[in-house]
Amino acid sequence: MLHSAREPQGGFSFENCQRNAFLESSLKGLRVPHARKTGTTIAGLVFEGGVILGADTRATNDSVVANKNCEKIHFIAPNIYCCGAGVAADAEMTTQLMASNMELHALSTGRKPRVATVSRMLRQMLFRYQGHIGASLIIGGVDITGPHLYSVHPHGSYSHLLFTAMGSGQGPAISVLEDRFKPDMTLEEGQQLVVEAVTAGILEDLGSGSNVDVCVITQAGIKIQRAVSTPAVLSKRQGKYDYPKGTTAVMKETVTPLALEMIEETVQTMEVE
Amino acid sequence: MHSAVRMLESSYFGNLPGVGEVHTGTTIMAVEFDGGVVVGSDSRVSAGEAVVNRVFNKLAPLHQRIYCALSGSAADAQAIADMATYQLELHGMELEEPPLVLSAANTVRNITYKYREELSAHLMVAGWDPYEGGQVYGTLEGMLIRQPFAIGGSGSSYIYGYVDATYKPGMSPKECQQFTTNAIALAMGRDGSSGGVIYLVTITAAGTKQEIILGKELPQFYDE
Repeated sequence: MLHSAREPQGGFSFENCQRNAFLESSLKGLRVPHARKTGTTIAGLVFEGGVILGADTRATNDSVVANKNCEKIHFIAPNIYCCGAGVAADAEMTTQLMASNMELHALSTGRKPRVATVSRMLRQMLFRYQGHIGASLIIGGVDITGPHLYSVHPHGSYSHLLFTAMGSGQGPAISVLEDRFKPDMTLEEGQQLVVEAVTAGILEDLGSGSNVDVCVITQAGIKIQRAVSTPAVLSKRQGKYDYPKGTTAVMKETVTPLALEMIEETVQTMEVE
Repeated sequence: MHSAVRMLESSYFGNLPGVGEVHTGTTIMAVEFDGGVVVGSDSRVSAGEAVVNRVFNKLAPLHQRIYCALSGSAADAQAIADMATYQLELHGMELEEPPLVLSAANTVRNITYKYREELSAHLMVAGWDPYEGGQVYGTLEGMLIRQPFAIGGSGSSYIYGYVDATYKPGMSPKECQQFTTNAIALAMGRDGSSGGVIYLVTITAAGTKQEIILGKELPQFYDE
């Protein structure tokens, strides 16, 4: 039986990074395998009563759709949610870590979580990993100081904004937001705009697709709606491709029984006590 | 500004930035006058060719009457500013009085110098304290140099001539504000990675005053 020379250790292994960089620069045309990205459109904006976050639901593996209905809006705290773009695993694990740390922080301080805290913890962690954790996040929430929206990039830079979009579909989404955003919109206007922004990303970007998820965060609470809209409807199949049994005629049937000899019989009793 | 063609005042070969990395690619400026300083910046943050934030305030407060202006890699600059703010707050508590601008500049310089191989950011420190009055310090690449005025960031290359020709010692606060605004506006007009609005902070014994100069209020120069 083959065993690895060293037992797998926890944490990141950066052993091959230097070798990969060298190979990439010295061998022209070498395609280095990349981590699976979500190829996403995520967007968020601040309206009069709180924050609205929106995301598409397509996860891609290079040019193949790995998941048609994945969830990109992650829980951080009861009043704070986070959209994740970039490397799928990084975004997922990072947000889970933040959620866990925020709960501990809230218990330790005796105060409700604040969006600024999440943003600071996130960027300090991402900066420590110097961009190797490929998570681009939009954090939105309503805390004691009001509604806030932050965007955090993989290297640890952040922006505190009234509206933002990230992911491969950020171009189309930000265009829609730049055109139609006004401060202090109503919930209906805000939600409509977020859906339009994510829809633009879904239609114009190959890496984004399927449905639009929306998360509305207000002082009163949160409301997550999966698949608020499905901009690109699958076309109907033109014909049926199942062939009924008997379409291919059977010419001859031969049955060959295999002679098997029982060599050993063992009975293992299950422990039911 | 594209990472391969970055016009930083320094040349880093050890730390080549990745394509997705966010840069402030900036114009920052600080001018000293009798009784305080004026610090100014543009507001553009770019990642490759895209502008990820067009209203980012690059003037970060380090203490009550000490500001720093960020340029270079956004993540590095923000991280340094956060670290320096924390260290200065602690230092101020230990002293039981506001820290000197020189202390702030040294705090920033020590971080920048110690990690100069890994970091790619330039923070200009400016402020007022009761001992030396208004002071401007450049901390490029880990040095510490006091100057009557200083410019930095990728856009500064375009305005060296303008600032050298226009600066005269003994300007009033209003003249300094106009000087800074004009210089940054000129740089924004020529540098692709500078733009947006102009943030200005005036620091004196009385306190700090922030202004934002938007759109039509920006000074207009020759523009075909």
